[in-house]
Amino acid sequence: MSTNNDIANPNKDTSTGIQSNNRTVKKLLLVVVAMFGFGFALVPLYDVFCDITGLNGKTNDSAAIYENGGIDKSRTVKVQFITRNAKGIPWKFEPVINEINVHPGEMKLVSFYAKNKAEHAIIGQAVPSVSPGLAANYFHKIECFCFTQQPLAAGKDVEMSLQFYVDLELPTDINTLTLSYTLYDITEKSS
Amino acid sequence: MTTDVIAQDSHDEHHDDHKMTGIKRWLYTTNHKDIGTLYLWFAFIMFLTGGALAMVIRAELFQPGLQIVEPDFFNQLTTVHGLVMVFGAIMPAFTGFANWMLPMMLGAPDMALPRMNNWSFWILPFAFAILLGSFFMESGAPNFGWTFYAPLSTTYSNGSTAFFVFAVHIMGISSIMGAINIVVTIMNMRAPGMTYMKMPLFVWTFFITAYLLIAVMPVLAGVVTMLLTDTYFGTSFFDAAGGGDPVMFQHIFWFFGHPEVYIMILPAFGIISTTIPAFSRKRLFGYSSMVYATSSIALLSFIVWAHHMFTTGMPLFGELFFMYCTMLIAVPTGVKVFNWVATMWRGSLTFETPMLFSIAFVILFTIGGFSGLMLAMTPVDFQYHDTYFVVAHFHYVLVTGSLFSLYAGAYFWLPKWTGHMYNDTLSKWHFWCSLISVNLLFFPMHFLGLAGMPRRIPDYALQFADFNKWVSIGGFAFGLSQLIFLAVVIKCIRGGEKAPAKPWDGAIGLEWTVASPAPYHTFSTPPPQQDIDNADQHEH
Repeated sequence: MSTNNDIANPNKDTSTGIQSNNRTVKKLLLVVVAMFGFGFALVPLYDVFCDITGLNGKTNDSAAIYENGGIDKSRTVKVQFITRNAKGIPWKFEPVINEINVHPGEMKLVSFYAKNKAEHAIIGQAVPSVSPGLAANYFHKIECFCFTQQPLAAGKDVEMSLQFYVDLELPTDINTLTLSYTLYDITEKSS
Repeated sequence: MTTDVIAQDSHDEHHDDHKMTGIKRWLYTTNHKDIGTLYLWFAFIMFLTGGALAMVIRAELFQPGLQIVEPDFFNQLTTVHGLVMVFGAIMPAFTGFANWMLPMMLGAPDMALPRMNNWSFWILPFAFAILLGSFFMESGAPNFGWTFYAPLSTTYSNGSTAFFVFAVHIMGISSIMGAINIVVTIMNMRAPGMTYMKMPLFVWTFFITAYLLIAVMPVLAGVVTMLLTDTYFGTSFFDAAGGGDPVMFQHIFWFFGHPEVYIMILPAFGIISTTIPAFSRKRLFGYSSMVYATSSIALLSFIVWAHHMFTTGMPLFGELFFMYCTMLIAVPTGVKVFNWVATMWRGSLTFETPMLFSIAFVILFTIGGFSGLMLAMTPVDFQYHDTYFVVAHFHYVLVTGSLFSLYAGAYFWLPKWTGHMYNDTLSKWHFWCSLISVNLLFFPMHFLGLAGMPRRIPDYALQFADFNKWVSIGGFAFGLSQLIFLAVVIKCIRGGEKAPAKPWDGAIGLEWTVASPAPYHTFSTPPPQQDIDNADQHEH
């Protein structure tokens, strides 16, 4: 070591040169560790940010309580339903009706049809997303099959219900909402 | 000269570790010049490797239809080409320049942390052995693009994710160690009398780049770790089924990824700010504004990441914010381009090969900058996104930008490194062949992209056939032209006209006060204040 240090720091008194090197290295390592942590801190930060702003179209994941603030009959909002199967889940999964017109504040009940076409039981989990993302905070689900897992035995089918209302405060430039469900096979994860 | 050699020899005897020969000299070396050489050779080998992959890509795209490779293998080629060029060629090449030049420019005897320097280089070959080795495994190499978007790299991975993640971890550790070394060297090893604002701009750009690396490489390490646990350990960071969000991957990745593109271009600015004044026989125009412009670019790079994600369904205010911030970067970048032009203005210009590459850099990098501005506009980005227009854009800034600056720097300092002048005729061939072929290669890609040709697809619609043929021909020509450079370098090491200590009459800088080739140990005693003042890049 000492030979290296001799040539590394002739400009300064050797020991103080090394001390200040070590100090700088320690500070920089601290930054490295902090930034590694920051990378992971972005995960909860992103969730909070999206919760507040509704950026990523995530809807409420537990039942909302209907607030009776009246029905705004002057506005009609079109709500569209689309479904998608994630890779590897052999279910038939589709909305019973494709779209519905609602007034803000008005409660509606719609249903979705699912059938397990596989020869073994599968547990499904539907994950909702609203587009445009900013509308997500104004779309309230009172009851939804997506709050729970859906176990289906081989060949069985089920009609699952969704009860929702659109908030009176929905920004006026939004006239169409698309609610998309992606269905995942979570048999392995939940066992 | 002779006295220098004798002085060097007697000096060497004090340090046993430098008397090693053969492979051990290179394995155990802590000398900044040796390590710089290792970095540069490694980067060049990786450049040829990544280039070979690109040749197969261009061969496949020579005509429509599937000719040579399967679509899945094509995806592996594009992915590994990108990773090798970014992490294996451009970044290590700049680290090589930093190692060679920083101590000499600062009047320091070596990098501050020589032992760590050795480590940071020698773990790199292992990283790329893992990455390239995955080509020969059952799963194949990574095929999810160099941006490794989840869920392509998690749920839909071909099984190469673990190799990829470990390779990136090692590259990241290497970069972080290299960056820490650069910062410590610049902060603590400057010769007495060299204040921050007297440092060459080259040093400034590496200083700022090193900070960027320290800030964002850990974030990259974090995001690939999340990828690893999502793929193999059942976490759901990016898996919507478990409450995660795949779009979040893109946010975290580009939080690293955008500063990363400046990591690859800021040192290029440093090299060009050294070569253009030398061959204009003037001081750099607006030295201080260059320092501030570089710092502003670095700071702005942290708040523009989502311009890579305009089509993910961001709200309008987000799109506006990221659009305007991105356009703002054009201001400090414009300051730089104008400063280079003003440096040349009324200078006594000569067109040696480093200057040719520098001028080509200024013009072609600016073209890449303009296409970047076009991409920054949210409404038009919806058309350009994921087309060959993007490919054209980032190859203009990375190939005719970063790579051309590396060539400018290499020709500029080859006499200092080897002690010989390079073969001028061959180097001119290298330049003109590269210049013509690189434009044939990348310019038509703009039009292909505007016409709607998507990137990362092994086949294309018939109407793109003619342009793709020309692009491929340009690609092969550009690839072959780079072998001329290899020939120039080998000839230059073997012999050639003896280089004086300062072969360029307009060059300034402490590195020209030592002999050519630079002795194994330089500035064991600090340079006199007079030399430091002469090396000051400010206009007088």
